[in-house]
Amino acid sequence: MQQATAMNNQIKWRRRLNSGVRYVLLTAVALIMLYPILWLFGASFKSNAEIFSSISFWPKSFDFTPYVKGWRTGTEFTFTTYFINTFKIVIPKVVFTVVSCTLTAYGFARFDFPGKKILFGLMLSTLFLPAVVTRIPLYLFWRNFGMLDSYVPLIANTVFAAEPFFVFMLVQFLRSVPRDYDEAATIDGCNSFQILIKILLPILKPSLVSVALFQFIWSINDFLSPLIYISSVQKYPIAIALKMAIDTSSGVVAWNQVIAMSLISLLPSIILFFTTSKQFVEGMATGGIKG
Amino acid sequence: MKKIQKYQGLLYLTPWLIGLLVFTIYPFVSSLYLSFTDYNLLNRPHFVGFANYTKLFTQDPEFMNSLWKTLEYTLLTVPPQLLFALFIAFILNFKLKGINLYRTAYYIPSILGGNVAIAVLWRFLFSGDGLINQIITLFGGSPIGWLSNGFTAMIVISVLRIWQFGSAMVIFLAALKEIPVELYEAAQVDGAKKWTIFFKITVPLITPTIFFNLVMQMVNALQEFNAPYLITAGGPAKATNLTSLLIYNNAFKFFRMGYASAMSWILFLIIMVLTIMMFRTSNKWVYYSDGGNA
Repeated sequence: MQQATAMNNQIKWRRRLNSGVRYVLLTAVALIMLYPILWLFGASFKSNAEIFSSISFWPKSFDFTPYVKGWRTGTEFTFTTYFINTFKIVIPKVVFTVVSCTLTAYGFARFDFPGKKILFGLMLSTLFLPAVVTRIPLYLFWRNFGMLDSYVPLIANTVFAAEPFFVFMLVQFLRSVPRDYDEAATIDGCNSFQILIKILLPILKPSLVSVALFQFIWSINDFLSPLIYISSVQKYPIAIALKMAIDTSSGVVAWNQVIAMSLISLLPSIILFFTTSKQFVEGMATGGIKG
Repeated sequence: MKKIQKYQGLLYLTPWLIGLLVFTIYPFVSSLYLSFTDYNLLNRPHFVGFANYTKLFTQDPEFMNSLWKTLEYTLLTVPPQLLFALFIAFILNFKLKGINLYRTAYYIPSILGGNVAIAVLWRFLFSGDGLINQIITLFGGSPIGWLSNGFTAMIVISVLRIWQFGSAMVIFLAALKEIPVELYEAAQVDGAKKWTIFFKITVPLITPTIFFNLVMQMVNALQEFNAPYLITAGGPAKATNLTSLLIYNNAFKFFRMGYASAMSWILFLIIMVLTIMMFRTSNKWVYYSDGGNA
């Protein structure tokens, strides 16, 4: 009996030790991973000299001039312009994506029509189609229409549900919603569009929020498309403006300003992520979306 | 009335169908055509047969170099990223308090990592007197010229991708949660060790997820553009000149549209062959619990 309790104690101890080791490991890895971001937050208040001489996260004194000067930029435009430009691209993209992907997913998940299998197969195969292969003809396409240096090439494809990830994710979700709802609504005299709006949309809402969040982050992170399509400074989004800040002609980069502006440009994503992190992680897990 | 009913679904698909034709199928075919021309924006495209392709493989060492560098980058990033993701997901899957906090923390790099700001900061962290070298000197080492040596420059852009293991981790975590607890308990009763359980039960049961993550991360890594463009500019001495960057420079700096299209097609074919190979070999190692094949 005594031996048994001793053994139980030993097991308990081992469990505690084990979970202790796990916490230490998890915390250490998390700190190493996030320290650069933390340090940069501190660095954004430092002088240019202090940045290169102190690994401490805490600045000797808080100086907001990197923010003020960085915001003004070396160009004739301030970051206000670049922020507004970014949202002029991102917001339409998010709205169009949510609407067009919902309609497409509804069509695939709830209707039978000739050629459905082939079309669904096509949709899935575009999931694996590398963007690199369509980039040049698309550029030439928009050039022919005189649309270069406008936001149209950046936004247009979202009107047509061009993101198969989201369509697939919404189809999966819609399939899990019992068709009894639709049938009941049909008996009540709803047409198929009313069923979508009145019955399915409220159920779909959490998935749609995930779609919107991911599209927001991806669009704000997108660098290559504006790099290819946008050429005048007054139309630059933040992504290109930041790149400009490290390309200064003088050769001397005001790192504290660059760091300050980099952190500011991360703010929309950070705020969004922390207010909705549960949605993100769950959307990611259920949709199996890439990062 | 019946007929309308029958085609109603297609009505909802109309926008997507238009997009498929205009933004996917047309450019796909068009880029194949362009790859057989000498189009350079100035003159009308002339058909040149396989000239671009033969030139790429026989007279363009820069292109061959970029392919090897792209493969090197993929090999350096994808396996460590997935191993890391799986390992952390495995630890997080134990019932620990505050697990959501850790999950969020590990996921942050995946959310922010694609942002230009992070690439800019990365360049700074690894610069001559940047934070990393400051830490090295603090521990008595001598600073490393990270971006002036080909191999270390490759390491710098690779670490940026590995750092973003959070998205793969979250997908692994969801898969791990699906494994019935009884299986673990049964194995424990049989006296199996923890690592045996991990390799004999956990890993086989999540092979479909490993497969999914592997294909997705591979396809992404083979097309990486931002990091070499923003952090290393393909250098030093072309050591990080990944194929996507080379294609961009040819197409949008020198306007060699035909030549760059041929490059994109080779990269596309490589990606496709690798993806198909993975699907083909998947029935040897991917275990589907319903007994079916993917």
